[in-house]
Amino acid sequence: MKLSDLRVGDSGVVEAVDTQADPDPIATRLGELGFVSGEPVRLVARGPLGGDPLLIQVGFTRFALRRAEAERVQLVNGAGASDE
Amino acid sequence: MSNLSIALVGNPNCGKTALFNQLTGGRQKVANYAGVTVERKEGSFRAPSGRRVQVLDLPGAYSLNATSPDEAITRDVCMGLLDDVSPELLVCVVDATNLRLHLRFVLELRQLGRPMVVALNMSDAAKRRGIRIDRERLQSELGCPVVDTIAIRKGGAAELITRLDADGPFETPAAAPVDDLHGEVARILREAVDVPRRTAAVDDALDRVLLHPVAGLLILAVTMFLMFQAVYAWATPFADGIDAGIGLLADGVARFMPDGLLKSLVTDGLLAGIGGVVVFLPQILILFLFILILEESGYLPRAAFLLDRLMVGAGLTGRSFIPLLSSFACAIPGIMAARTIQDPRDRLATILVAPLMTCSARLPVYALLIGAFIPSQSVGGLFNLQGVVLFVLYVAGILSALVVAYVMKMLSRDTAEHALLLELPSYRVPSPRDIALGLWERGGIFIRRVGTIILSLTIILWLLSTFPAPPAGATGPAIDYSLAGRIGHWMEPIFAPIGFNWQICIALIPGLAAREVAVSALATVYSISAADDLAAQQLTPLISSQWSIATALSLLAWYVFAPQCLSTLAVIRRETNSWKTVGLATGYLFGLAYLASLLVYQIARLWL
Repeated sequence: MKLSDLRVGDSGVVEAVDTQADPDPIATRLGELGFVSGEPVRLVARGPLGGDPLLIQVGFTRFALRRAEAERVQLVNGAGASDE
Repeated sequence: MSNLSIALVGNPNCGKTALFNQLTGGRQKVANYAGVTVERKEGSFRAPSGRRVQVLDLPGAYSLNATSPDEAITRDVCMGLLDDVSPELLVCVVDATNLRLHLRFVLELRQLGRPMVVALNMSDAAKRRGIRIDRERLQSELGCPVVDTIAIRKGGAAELITRLDADGPFETPAAAPVDDLHGEVARILREAVDVPRRTAAVDDALDRVLLHPVAGLLILAVTMFLMFQAVYAWATPFADGIDAGIGLLADGVARFMPDGLLKSLVTDGLLAGIGGVVVFLPQILILFLFILILEESGYLPRAAFLLDRLMVGAGLTGRSFIPLLSSFACAIPGIMAARTIQDPRDRLATILVAPLMTCSARLPVYALLIGAFIPSQSVGGLFNLQGVVLFVLYVAGILSALVVAYVMKMLSRDTAEHALLLELPSYRVPSPRDIALGLWERGGIFIRRVGTIILSLTIILWLLSTFPAPPAGATGPAIDYSLAGRIGHWMEPIFAPIGFNWQICIALIPGLAAREVAVSALATVYSISAADDLAAQQLTPLISSQWSIATALSLLAWYVFAPQCLSTLAVIRRETNSWKTVGLATGYLFGLAYLASLLVYQIARLWL
């Protein structure tokens, strides 16, 4: 399951960040921002048009990610929960 | 005691700039780093012992692995790669409520082995949220001194200042390299920090409303509407005051100076030209007041979030929203605000379309032409036709900006992915001091511009329209014999297909300095010697009897696109450091202007 598949309000745990190119600066930056294995994440909101971008809570911080960015983040299957 | 130079470094939104303001107060100057348009903010203060401390405010960065010119500067300074900027001590500012993210950067910086102090900023907000930090433990884990700061409170930097005032040398041995910085942060947090709740309850509540798909967009629209109202309504008394002041000054000069060239230079050239631009200072300050409040409060990134999808569709980014919004007052602060866009392609696209937003300097021209040619009749029993035309002109600007950005995206063949990765920080109550300093800084930039670029252009244009003087016994208006007048006649064949007569051609030349100058220039050409307002009133029946409606509509279309504003082109040059970009902007805007005017003129001639 990918981060972009979460529903608003749902949580998950990061498994890995896919690199789509070599090097993939966006994947590197996602890692630096805290999208690392084992980190809990939550989808806080979606943009009003087409559900894009996504607002993600990671650590103590909220980041707006476009769908293509969120698709790089793989979540641990079955670890999701509907609230914190 | 010897002097000390320090650099403030930290993640975006750590309160670094507020701490910089707290330390240095008004004693700061803003310039650019050599060769790049990254803002270099420096200031200084005197510590109690008498030691002078030079403070450099580095751009916010998430990591030394830079992804923008701003982050590259921070990386270069921290790693000691810039010869002319080498602070002796790094003050690493972290938001005490956001340690999970910010400590990672601290650990990365610690591996450089530079002398370092960590400032635990917003320690008051952390206490309020029940976040307990064991400072001794944190200090030993990080291997460098940790001090509490509250950047937004008076005296909130006292502990840091005491630390900086202590005897040096400051030394911090490099930390051992760690592969998994995030794992290390998580371990330190478990050891030294107790966090009851990951987010502030107030942020959650506000975001639920402000980011709501319907309510959020509605609130954004109302906020923008109020802002425009304020920019126009509040600025008027101040602008009138400046206008009256300059009028008095011109009267005084006119009374005491003998007639002649010097008097003409001072009154027609300097006072009229400079005054015409300074009049916009109140609008610019009010606009920036709103933008700074929205920025400080944390709302702007939310607006970018709401509009990102729409802007991406047109080849821009959510971050373009603010620069384009500012451009409705004036493209100059708008283009300067594009600095907040990290992605170079998105920033360039924003800068190139910003001049298409209907700036306030177009209003005098629109008002003159609409008043002279569009009948004040009602449309569908509800709207005034004049108002509808004005609205259409605004919409034409916005739509063409979206189309131009879209075409540029298509032509650039740039298939690289451009990331958003935008942090939405905690909401904050803006600090009056930070707002005041921000306004002071922006106002200063504007005034300096008026004093340099606009001043010299005004003198050049005055020279062009004054020399050579008419021969003795000449009957026509003096401008007819001047260089500008001759250029007007040369230009006429080029502009004949779009319906401009030679008088309009002449007015376009001084009108290059600023759009509204075209109104007074037209008045001069039609040899009406009167104050600006009066001239405009008499000009109206004159042009409405001499021009065809096709010519008037063509001139309106011209002003939607034409970059009749050298200051805008100058600021594009300064912000992009590239004459090529200036050439591109000038070329495409004049090209579109000519094309639009040609279409409007030829169609209007057939149908009207």
